[in-house]
Amino acid sequence: MCAMLELKNVNKTFNAGTINEKHVLKDLNLTMEEGDFVTVIGGNGAGKSTMLNAIAGVWPVDSGAILVDGNNITGLPDFKRAPYIGRVFQDPMMGTAPDLQIGENLALAARRGKPRSLRWGFTKKEAENYRESLKILGLGLEDRITQKVGLLSGGQRQAVTLLMASYQNPKLLLLDEHTAALDPKTAKKVLDITKQIVADQHLTALMVTHNMKDAIATGNRLIMMYEGRIIFEAAKEDKKKLTVDDLMRKFSEVAGEEFSNDQALLTR
Amino acid sequence: MHILLARGGLNVMTLLGTFPSGIAQGMIWGIMALGVYITFRMLDIADLTVDGSFTTGGAVAVMLITSGTNCWIALAAASVAGLLAGLTTGILHTRLGIPAILSGILTQFALYSINLAIMGFSANKAVSVDRYVLAVSSRYINAALITGVIIAVALVSALYWYFGTEHGSAMRATGNNPDMSKALGININSMKVIGLALSNALVAFSGGLMAQYQGFADINMGRGAIVIGLAAVIVGEVFGEMLLKKRMNFYGRLLSVVSGGIIYYLVVCVALWLKINSNMLKLMTAIIVVIFLAVPYLQSVSHASFKKAGKNSLKEVR
Repeated sequence: MCAMLELKNVNKTFNAGTINEKHVLKDLNLTMEEGDFVTVIGGNGAGKSTMLNAIAGVWPVDSGAILVDGNNITGLPDFKRAPYIGRVFQDPMMGTAPDLQIGENLALAARRGKPRSLRWGFTKKEAENYRESLKILGLGLEDRITQKVGLLSGGQRQAVTLLMASYQNPKLLLLDEHTAALDPKTAKKVLDITKQIVADQHLTALMVTHNMKDAIATGNRLIMMYEGRIIFEAAKEDKKKLTVDDLMRKFSEVAGEEFSNDQALLTR
Repeated sequence: MHILLARGGLNVMTLLGTFPSGIAQGMIWGIMALGVYITFRMLDIADLTVDGSFTTGGAVAVMLITSGTNCWIALAAASVAGLLAGLTTGILHTRLGIPAILSGILTQFALYSINLAIMGFSANKAVSVDRYVLAVSSRYINAALITGVIIAVALVSALYWYFGTEHGSAMRATGNNPDMSKALGININSMKVIGLALSNALVAFSGGLMAQYQGFADINMGRGAIVIGLAAVIVGEVFGEMLLKKRMNFYGRLLSVVSGGIIYYLVVCVALWLKINSNMLKLMTAIIVVIFLAVPYLQSVSHASFKKAGKNSLKEVR
């Protein structure tokens, strides 16, 4: 079986050659099999979001290779990686176009990574499908398909973004702290929807979170990052047995002195 | 007051007499405003290329017609010339990393020389309706009005169709949320280039119409076109919202933009009828645009201002 995602010795340095030089990803290696749902934790500056941005192609990496389902995508800019990758951002405003209708947003996502032709962009037949898929969210949005997305709350927009990212059956779903900007109740709802969509569509997903409980309770694998590397990993049964205290202990072992600074950034 | 107003009585009939011509010219500016609408509203770029490309359109059309080309073919050629101008601005912006507004200024600046060259290094070129068949002419205002309406409706319909297609939707998304667009596989740089090209093609087309209507192309005919275009876009939107309210759809919005050009030009007619010095029109136009752009902003600020908060806080402090 071919790995769905492979990171091979990926390096990324920001502001190279200046006083602010920061080597954020250091010979990073990660392999995800089809159907893996990996949660990523780590302190601030550990490289979690940078890893996701490297995979999404926000900028080119300095060295190393990124393969999705056996395709080498290292040399492709973000918009050319879109056929393989669905993304949900931390900022709920970033994943949807506010002045376009809910249906129009979904129609754009339903064509992710495909050539945009001069065919009609949003047909009546599609609208019926979108109404069905909006029902999955359980937010009553199926009756508001012609409303502008800008009228929705942050949580609703994040749920719509999730739905959009799951269209076209992406090889990989990237979730970059996508519940961090939401209130606890809404965050739970969005996380539940995430689990449901990933399970229903058998997606391969990579989720960054600050919340250790979520990291343990979600997915089948957990990785902890520190200073640009993966320093701890647990899968399946081992992961289920993990507690927040285990993770804190593990973290302090590696991080040592700096632990006290970073501890505040992780939420139980 | 004598700087602004000239002497003489005011006659309402004289004013009404200027309306048909005003509507015809306003419609031509309205067509240009459709181009401005694409960049300003869809791509969120204030594209200053239009001041140059409007003249380019006029110059190309007049030179071709006077050398015996059919007026419609000349208009098509004018559009292609405008398209190339927009393409240049787009490439300066997306490939060379020059800010959009500066890219437009640079192209516009360069077009001054190019436009002069097109007109054989003369500041203006006449095209007489007595010698050539023209698409529109101020001499035959009724015919010009009919032609203008047909062209405007055709262009509005074409834009309505385009922005409903997959490609057009992707362009709307590009201006509305570039990050999302990239994540959905849209090449936002090429979208911007295509949008700028399309916009300037429309602007040059209307420049070609204007040159025929007034019977000459002039090196300065496009000066301030972007401001007039913006005036038409925002004035049209405001009046469109007032008239159509909830029924305002995208087709209505595009028609409003064209109507905005007409409203703008009728205001100009009234100003001229009031004997306001025509040299003061640009000042007036600028003030109109400032008011229409500032009012929505000031309204939003007035709900939450530091001044107000400071005033309210005094109740607690005293």
